[in-house]
Amino acid sequence: MEKIPNQKAWLLVLPVFAIVAFSAVIPLMTVVNYSVQDTFGNNKFFWNGVGWYQELLDPSTELGGRFFASLWRNLAFSGAVLAIQIPLGIIVALAMPREGWGVAFSLVVLALPLLIPWNVVGTIWQIFGRSDIGLMGWGLNRLGFDYNYVANPIDAWLTIIIMDVWHWSSLVALLCYAGLKSIPEAYYQAASIDGASRWAVFTAIQLPKMRHVLVIAILLRFMDSFMIYTEPFVVTGGGPGNSTTFLSIELVKLALGQFDLGKAAAMSIVYMLIIIIVCWVFFTVMTNAGADRKGAGGER
Amino acid sequence: MTVELRDVSSVRGAEVHLSDISLSLERGTLNVLLGPTLSGKTSLMRAMAGLDAPTTGRVLVDGRDVTGIDVRKRSVAMVYQQFINYPSLTIFENIASPLRVQRRPNEEIDRRVRETARLLRLEPYLGRTPLALSGGQQQRTAIARALVKGADLVLLDEPLANLDYKLREELRAELPRIFEISGAIFVYATTEPSEALLLGGRTICMSEGRALQIGDTPTVYHRPETLRVAELFSDPPLNTVAMEKRNGAVAYHGGDSAPANGLYAALPDGPYNIGFRAHQLAVANGATGHHVFPATVALTEIAGSESFVHLQRNGTNWVAVLPGVHEFPPGQAVEATLDPDDLFIFDPEGRLVAAPRGG
Amino acid sequence: MARIDLVDLAHSYDGGNADPSSFALKPTSMTWRQGGAYALLGPSGCGKTTLLNIISGIVKPSRGKVLFDGRDVMALTTQQRNIAQVFQFPVIYDTMTVGENLAFPLKNRGVGRAEIDARVHEIAKLLDLVPQLDRKASRLTADAKQKISLGRGLVRADVAAVLFDEPLTVIDPALKWELRSKLKVLHRALDLTMIYVTHDQTEALTFADTVVVMHEGSVVQTGTPEELFLRPDHTFVGYFIGSPGMNVLPAEVEGRQARIAGHELSLARSYGGLPPGARIEVGIRPEFVSLAAAAPGLLAARIERIDDLGRSRFAHVRVGDLKIAARVPRGLSLGGNEAGLIFEPAHIHVYADQRRVEGAA
Repeated sequence: MEKIPNQKAWLLVLPVFAIVAFSAVIPLMTVVNYSVQDTFGNNKFFWNGVGWYQELLDPSTELGGRFFASLWRNLAFSGAVLAIQIPLGIIVALAMPREGWGVAFSLVVLALPLLIPWNVVGTIWQIFGRSDIGLMGWGLNRLGFDYNYVANPIDAWLTIIIMDVWHWSSLVALLCYAGLKSIPEAYYQAASIDGASRWAVFTAIQLPKMRHVLVIAILLRFMDSFMIYTEPFVVTGGGPGNSTTFLSIELVKLALGQFDLGKAAAMSIVYMLIIIIVCWVFFTVMTNAGADRKGAGGER
Repeated sequence: MTVELRDVSSVRGAEVHLSDISLSLERGTLNVLLGPTLSGKTSLMRAMAGLDAPTTGRVLVDGRDVTGIDVRKRSVAMVYQQFINYPSLTIFENIASPLRVQRRPNEEIDRRVRETARLLRLEPYLGRTPLALSGGQQQRTAIARALVKGADLVLLDEPLANLDYKLREELRAELPRIFEISGAIFVYATTEPSEALLLGGRTICMSEGRALQIGDTPTVYHRPETLRVAELFSDPPLNTVAMEKRNGAVAYHGGDSAPANGLYAALPDGPYNIGFRAHQLAVANGATGHHVFPATVALTEIAGSESFVHLQRNGTNWVAVLPGVHEFPPGQAVEATLDPDDLFIFDPEGRLVAAPRGG
Repeated sequence: MARIDLVDLAHSYDGGNADPSSFALKPTSMTWRQGGAYALLGPSGCGKTTLLNIISGIVKPSRGKVLFDGRDVMALTTQQRNIAQVFQFPVIYDTMTVGENLAFPLKNRGVGRAEIDARVHEIAKLLDLVPQLDRKASRLTADAKQKISLGRGLVRADVAAVLFDEPLTVIDPALKWELRSKLKVLHRALDLTMIYVTHDQTEALTFADTVVVMHEGSVVQTGTPEELFLRPDHTFVGYFIGSPGMNVLPAEVEGRQARIAGHELSLARSYGGLPPGARIEVGIRPEFVSLAAAAPGLLAARIERIDDLGRSRFAHVRVGDLKIAARVPRGLSLGGNEAGLIFEPAHIHVYADQRRVEGAA
């Protein structure tokens, strides 16, 4: 059965189409245009076909090497961030109070990091981690740890990951909390009557009921962490060496630092495609796995 | 005003929600949609209201094609199973809300809200908020809001399902009077045969997206055109048995035989399916000429004014309802008897061949 | 399996010091024997769910205690009390198959594999769930899910009691018949104490051997379905059980005579010392009042409406300001709206301030 279309709706959507066209579609076409041409400035363009793409996807070239190196860094970073934030978010959500004054309090506390602009977050951690004046960096060194994110790649990675966990775990926690709140009380009562352990309650009730919000949380966190730019740029600037040079930072170096617009354009297209494909695959898999329950339910 | 559906079907993916429904609803009538969950009652209401457009077929209002016209442009009100009210508004404002949307003058709003509140016995509660009221009063408020609008078509989707048994009984007794005064077209969905009987009006029997039979409620009850309709319109469930008529005698499937008297007398030879409701079956209390079936008592349920006796006869289960209190121990052998004048006979395809006279 | 004693149980959601008349459950004592089938019947807000939750340990009562086989269980959790409960809406573990759902309460208690299989199979067979045992529970319809919930409630053989909280609410009428009789068969087969909470009199009466009728936080009558129907102790029981409910009519009663709306009715028993100043009413079920053609000597009534329930017909009539429901005998047809009423004296009860008065022979 089709919903009856309301033609007026198109009028309301029109401004959005216009904005999207100017802000996304036209720039995107420009990027596509750049990616198949070469330019030496002065607005002179030469047709280069798929040349940039070939170079980009061939790890033996200089461009390809840089691309794949930063792509792996991105994947490692997203993987690490998800592996920490999702379980942590779930744990925090489970630990949050269900009623009383504590609800509002913990919601506000959790929301605080989400309200801080990215570059400010970067700046906070950049200072916080400094071994000369930063509380964390200085403290760690005083405790005997040889911590210096400017010189040591592992320290740099740890700093960025901890920063991201600090910044974004609350989002996962809030989403999970919303999912948990929607579970009717009868389920918990039934589980306690069935003699379920705390772990069984988690795996048999809470996790399945949180599934939908977890899909959203994972998607959001993947996209966001895969596109990370501001914070590592502020904290490490991509260093030490290239150890925290993610695709986005590489892209900016290429486009604005070296003015290789063609290469940068090709890289951004591939970058975008990777994100779209990963999200699409993930979303399809998760929703298909959930779709089988639709057939039985629902009043017609 | 009339609402007419012509060959309305609704298909979503592989699921058929409605299939080839044609019917016409007249002003001032009460139309009961009777059918189990997922039989298409809600889909049909949504199509009538204009919330969904049918996949094929047309919806006409006063002969004008309104298929695909938005619900906001139609004169429709709907009441749901859940009591849907604005929790922060008083009962008065809840009832007044559709009129406020229409920007009626305050004076008129006041008059119409009070009239409707009187009809639904809500006058004492106008100043309260919904949460301070009982479920029955909350649902009355929702019904009042649907009525005050003066809509031509009022749809009620199992409006009493979430109410206590006794409240349901009370409201059900009042609804026909309220419907009569209002004069709109009412469509009322229910899963319960007894509710259809008590509301009266017309009944549309629904099953698997089809309207199996449409007619005056007593007619549908007393002359179900098919076995399926008889099953849908029986509570306790319809008892059935297959039989064959040959040489002036009736041979029931499972071994019992009897003379072809009563409704069987006029029947041509051949196989048939018999259906009879629980009150048409007697236990240990037959009269001469009644057909006798040896059976075993599986269970007796005493419901106060009547007792339900669950019987097993050659592997099939029958239910008999007897007035008063009767207790049969499980496993007891009894004689179930059937009046050959008081049963439904269907052909092997399930079409009605004979029904009790008079009804 | 256990006998359950409720000793001076009372509960207020505002704490034990609240005004006693506002208690959700007013002081109640009761004994439920092992293996019985009980129903708690009453309208929403009558305290029946509170009582159920106190037994299961979900609610801690403000006063009194619950004993299982004489042992005080107030300090025990729901889990330790070893009861089973089935809720109004199906509670299903989505990720598990039907069989795993049924096995869950046993597995959590460390029951052996062979015993689990045997028990799950037995319950599945009784509930006709065998073909679905290996299917994902989340893919089934609402009523199949509720069957699983019932099955999980019944799967443990050693429970103190099985509590049902309006378990058939989401079930279609035709299936209600099936599940209801199945529950009754299960009760016989499994020898479990079952307590069934509902607002639906038919469900309560057909399921239970003993029905406990509750009204505004108190128990107003406990009895067999037959007793509740034939001898309601309280006018509320008369009204709440039976459809339509009992006719309760203001009357003057003297000895073997009652006067209703100026009409004399003879009673089967004699009522001598009725408490002075009490509100006196007579109650008679519609089943025992029959409609007849108007005739001298019969109470004259005006017919307002006749409900045809298929197997029976009830007339709603008016006598002066009184509304009375009466049975319409089969085959009776009346010309106009005027009719007479015939009362069966043996089924007329007398109530003083809503409580039934026992007459003398």
